[in-house]
Amino acid sequence: MISFIAQRIAKAIVVLLALVVLNFFLIRMAPGDPALVMAGEAGAGDQVFLAQLREKFGLDQPLPVQLFLYVKGILSFDLGFSFRQQMPVSTLILQRLPATLLLTGTAFAISLAFGILFGALAARFAGTWADTAITVAALIFYATPLFWVALMAILLFSVTMDWLPSFGYETVGANYTGLAHVLDVAAHLILPATTIGLFFMATYARMTRASMLEVARLDFIKTARAKGLSDTVIQRRHVLRNALLPVVTLAGLQAGTLVGGAVLTETVFAWPGIGRLMYEALLQRDYNLLLGVFVVCSAMVLAFNLITDLVYRSVDPRIEFAS
Amino acid sequence: MSKRKILITLAMVCALSTAAAAEGPKAGGVVNAVIQPEPPSLMVGLVQNGPTQMVAGNIYEGLLRYSPKLDPLPGLAESWTVSEDGKIYTFKLVKGATWHDGKPFTSTDVLFSIEFLKQTHARARGNLVQLDKVEAPDESTVVFTLKQPFGPFIGIFEVGSLPMIPKHLYEGTDFKTNPANNTPVGTGPFMFKEWQKGSFIRLVKNPNYHVKGKPNIDEIYWHVIPDAAARSVAYETGKVDVLPGGSVENFDVPRLSKLKNTCVTGAGWEFFSPHSWLWLNNRAGPTANKKFRQALMFAIDRNMAKDVVWNGLGKVATGPSGSAIKYYTSAVPKYDYDPAKAKALLKEAGYKGEKVRMLPLPYGETWQRWAEMVRQNLQDVGINVEMIATDVPGWNQKVSEWDYDIAFTYLYQYGDPALGVGRNYVSSQIAKGSPFNNVEGYSNPEIDKLFADGAVAFPDAAREEIYTKAQKILVEDVPVAWMLELQFPTITRCSVKNLVTTGIGVNDGFRDAWIEK
Repeated sequence: MISFIAQRIAKAIVVLLALVVLNFFLIRMAPGDPALVMAGEAGAGDQVFLAQLREKFGLDQPLPVQLFLYVKGILSFDLGFSFRQQMPVSTLILQRLPATLLLTGTAFAISLAFGILFGALAARFAGTWADTAITVAALIFYATPLFWVALMAILLFSVTMDWLPSFGYETVGANYTGLAHVLDVAAHLILPATTIGLFFMATYARMTRASMLEVARLDFIKTARAKGLSDTVIQRRHVLRNALLPVVTLAGLQAGTLVGGAVLTETVFAWPGIGRLMYEALLQRDYNLLLGVFVVCSAMVLAFNLITDLVYRSVDPRIEFAS
Repeated sequence: MSKRKILITLAMVCALSTAAAAEGPKAGGVVNAVIQPEPPSLMVGLVQNGPTQMVAGNIYEGLLRYSPKLDPLPGLAESWTVSEDGKIYTFKLVKGATWHDGKPFTSTDVLFSIEFLKQTHARARGNLVQLDKVEAPDESTVVFTLKQPFGPFIGIFEVGSLPMIPKHLYEGTDFKTNPANNTPVGTGPFMFKEWQKGSFIRLVKNPNYHVKGKPNIDEIYWHVIPDAAARSVAYETGKVDVLPGGSVENFDVPRLSKLKNTCVTGAGWEFFSPHSWLWLNNRAGPTANKKFRQALMFAIDRNMAKDVVWNGLGKVATGPSGSAIKYYTSAVPKYDYDPAKAKALLKEAGYKGEKVRMLPLPYGETWQRWAEMVRQNLQDVGINVEMIATDVPGWNQKVSEWDYDIAFTYLYQYGDPALGVGRNYVSSQIAKGSPFNNVEGYSNPEIDKLFADGAVAFPDAAREEIYTKAQKILVEDVPVAWMLELQFPTITRCSVKNLVTTGIGVNDGFRDAWIEK
């Protein structure tokens, strides 16, 4: 198992470096550069000013040199310096990572728990009104754009009912501590986490339902019934457990993308996370920051893929690690 | 006077003074404002974008402030004189001003700031081009000597244009990496306290501020909320009290302005005078033809844009200068909305339906809607318009590289034609790679000479004559299509008093603001 993990990590590093090179060139293919953006924001910028900025950011050097320096930095865990924010990229990402992990982690937990629950219920009562209701709701949540769900949630729960805060991570200036602080953050978390969670919940519910119905038709389930096991035991121990493999695959894939995947939600709810950092870096052509976020997100996807492979083994003991 | 009359009079005086006291500024309170986008830094000597100026304008100070009519007001300088030949400006600094770390503010800080800003501040560098030398004969006096009279000189001292930088923290250091950049130290009414990136910036009252009794407010929280709709909601739900100009989309303004305890003002932009126009590429294509450009002016319904897109705020621009800018004249050729005249001019120009590429300004929904309205206007008179979508960096690049036919823009004018107007029309400013110079490629030796002369002419009457002539020529030639003098509405709770009192509005407004309880 250790050699399996070592091999996977080695491969992951190669993939990561390839992604860095690809992203490096992709970002620079977009029109405009950070010097123009910063001069634009200042409302003034003569040639001297622009040249100064480009020299300061190293953008006046040939592209291969810029790439070499960047990759060299990455190999020594240096993600570079953010042009616009004037701070090390790693500091910026680390500042924002906890908020994003809290948001996406909560959303992930909600979606996985309720997605599997509703999917299992729909499969258990397939063809009944409960199945139809769950399926229709899942389809609606799956098809509705996240930003629209977010805005409607704000309109309903913040503006009309005044139950929940509409933006931010905590009540600024309240200086809550202890339990009061936890509850305050939780109140701010509900709307954004639910907004993201609804979409993924719909996906897991659909996947669980389809997978369970498929497994339920297999011979070993008939055997279980013939043995006289109760329906609940069959569904829980035999159908659900065997049906979870595709759900785990999907969850693994999505868990990796959750770190950078909350761009819209974080923007609408002013949640101070990495998704917003990436969005702002993109608009400002803050190359190093954008690449830094990409590197972290890619690393997370690769890490979660590895974790998924490891989880497979515990879900399905028939799977073995091949060196 | 009988005793009774005296008593009545005294009672009335007492009542009036109580009422006056009740209406006067009150100390205390916290204001929650919105800042968008999040500033990259608060060190206004190094970064001059809008959000930085808005927050840092309350931390740092300039030598002068400016009234809505752009008359100079005392700032860190309490008085000033100008020599008869217009070449020597002597400033007396306020007594007792200190930096937020307790060190005294003196004339050596002014000398240092000038050298600092020449290296870091693109606009200051241009403003100081006529400066021969600056001296500090004593701790509280600074003397600027110019190479020749420079009319706009008295207008370059506001906090965003020439902020004072603490010498004791920056001298002999690498300005760009100085740790003090993260904990800005100024002389202003508010001190930097805390910045949670992505969430908020917190400023607190400076108890040792050099103007006695100010500021009134204890704390300001600047909230970073990236989505325009979410900013509206934050105000609507009472979480923020101040939406500075441009914080929300224009179509939200009428709804918000109807909320209880809400006041809206378009004031506070006089110094910047944001002036909007369409860049017209004078080099090639239909827009190279003067008659085609004039036709555009007649084809576009600018009044309707003002009323519908901008909710009636602002004014239709009559030419290159905004009406708040010195030497503005409205006695120029008029271009009222007249589609028939536009069609006739297009015919004269020999326009045969060639495609014209138009770049909207990618600054949000308001600008997109405005571009759609203009496209409709132009299509109505038979112009074949293709709208090109870009983001901000893409727009900057296309305009800088002259890769457009028509492009929306707006620029600040800074009170004087020599500072913010000439740069867009003189041929020495035709240079690829910057979206703020003579991007349209208009070249007229007469205009070049007028702007060169106008900057250094003395006295004011001579400058007025020159700029009046320049405006007439430009409006006749239509190098760009002027649209509106913009006003970005500042929305506040009416209980936040006295916030917009100067020509730069919220940027230095919290000094005088107070909260009615």
